[in-house]
Amino acid sequence: MGEDELVLLDFWASPFCARVKIALAEKGVAFESRAEDLFNGKSELLLKSNPTYAKVPVLLHNGKSVNESSIIVSYVDETWASPALLPPCAYGKAQARFWADYIDKKVFEAGSSIWRSRGEELEVAKKEFLEIVRTLENELGDKAYFGGESFGYVDILLIGLVSWFDAYERFGSFKVEDESPKFAAWAKKCLLRESVANVIPEADKVYEFIAMMRKMNGIE
Amino acid sequence: MAAANDVKLIGMWASPYTLRPRIALNIKSVGYEFLEETLGQKSELLLKSNPVHKKMPVLVHRGRPLSESLVIVQYIDEVWSSGRAILPEDAYERATARFWAAYIDDRWFPSLTGIAKAQGEEAKKAALAQVHDGLGLLEGAFEEISKGKPFFGGDRIGYLDLALGCFLGSIKVSEALNNVKVLDEEKTPGLAKWAERFRADEAAKDVVPDTERLVEFVKSMFAKK
Repeated sequence: MGEDELVLLDFWASPFCARVKIALAEKGVAFESRAEDLFNGKSELLLKSNPTYAKVPVLLHNGKSVNESSIIVSYVDETWASPALLPPCAYGKAQARFWADYIDKKVFEAGSSIWRSRGEELEVAKKEFLEIVRTLENELGDKAYFGGESFGYVDILLIGLVSWFDAYERFGSFKVEDESPKFAAWAKKCLLRESVANVIPEADKVYEFIAMMRKMNGIE
Repeated sequence: MAAANDVKLIGMWASPYTLRPRIALNIKSVGYEFLEETLGQKSELLLKSNPVHKKMPVLVHRGRPLSESLVIVQYIDEVWSSGRAILPEDAYERATARFWAAYIDDRWFPSLTGIAKAQGEEAKKAALAQVHDGLGLLEGAFEEISKGKPFFGGDRIGYLDLALGCFLGSIKVSEALNNVKVLDEEKTPGLAKWAERFRADEAAKDVVPDTERLVEFVKSMFAKK
């Protein structure tokens, strides 16, 4: 059996790329990361591999492209069986997929509303964001992880996005820890995990990156 | 074999999202109790079963609720695994099916509702063009994925067929109310023929709403507003 060739079209600050890198690390699968320069010209390979959206991450497995971070993480989970990222039973899987969908629909957009706004708009954006975090904290409950005893699919999808939370907190003048301490504790715990710590960019660098985007969007 | 009251589906005959699990349950030959919602009046059961989104469809299996139509379809596929498979066997094909289903929900369907929302001729034309562009992408996907077979799923309806097929009624409504041609056999011949096969399929034909009834229903909804 030949070696699997895995290439990830990547961007250092992307929470979505982080998800895939964490999943691959959890599975102990080697891959090559190719950095895309999203602001100065996307590569031919990216445009060819993801013609619909031209977005990262893209996972190329033996040349075949898989797109959309949540779908890539599912693909990684199904292709390399162990450790399993989803619970064994159908209901547990369905719950995980429901929350993955909620996270994908709500978190990044709410966070973006924070750094893209000022004044009254910012206050509204903050409120909505914290409501979403509260809902997630509620779902976490007293479990160690969203999937139960072990770090899994939902944790991976969410912790990638958490890499931008520090920046949201700074732009919005709030602390998730004050509003949702259980959520903050879960995040802290995950950020210490090797597969996560090796992937998540430094908070200061993310803050600078978002500050640059704010400037580009004329918000200051 | 599950007793009919072991499986309940909260939904509504006109809702495209409700169609997805209904057809999935038909594919698996699973009986279920259909609890119909009245539009505009969410039932206690719905609110209790889907507190996060308060939307249908909700599948209640052995008393446990599940929401989000595509999540429900995957659950049905996994629980009733002895029935015909809905998702492809191969992981890469599964990823491709999920990709296009997400595209349909996140991009294409919102563009369809954009036609009705567009104000004025120019805006309507632009909105329609967007829908056609999307269908063009889906036509390409259909050619690639079906590999000459009648459905995205091959010989029979599968996950991606369900994801798109549930909106055939919405397409007809859009065409009737806006006086436009959305699914055009000249622009997307593959999909146009696929649509007829979908409506005629065993698992779909009894639950896909009658076009006239659906158009009248949507008209009456706008009249009430």
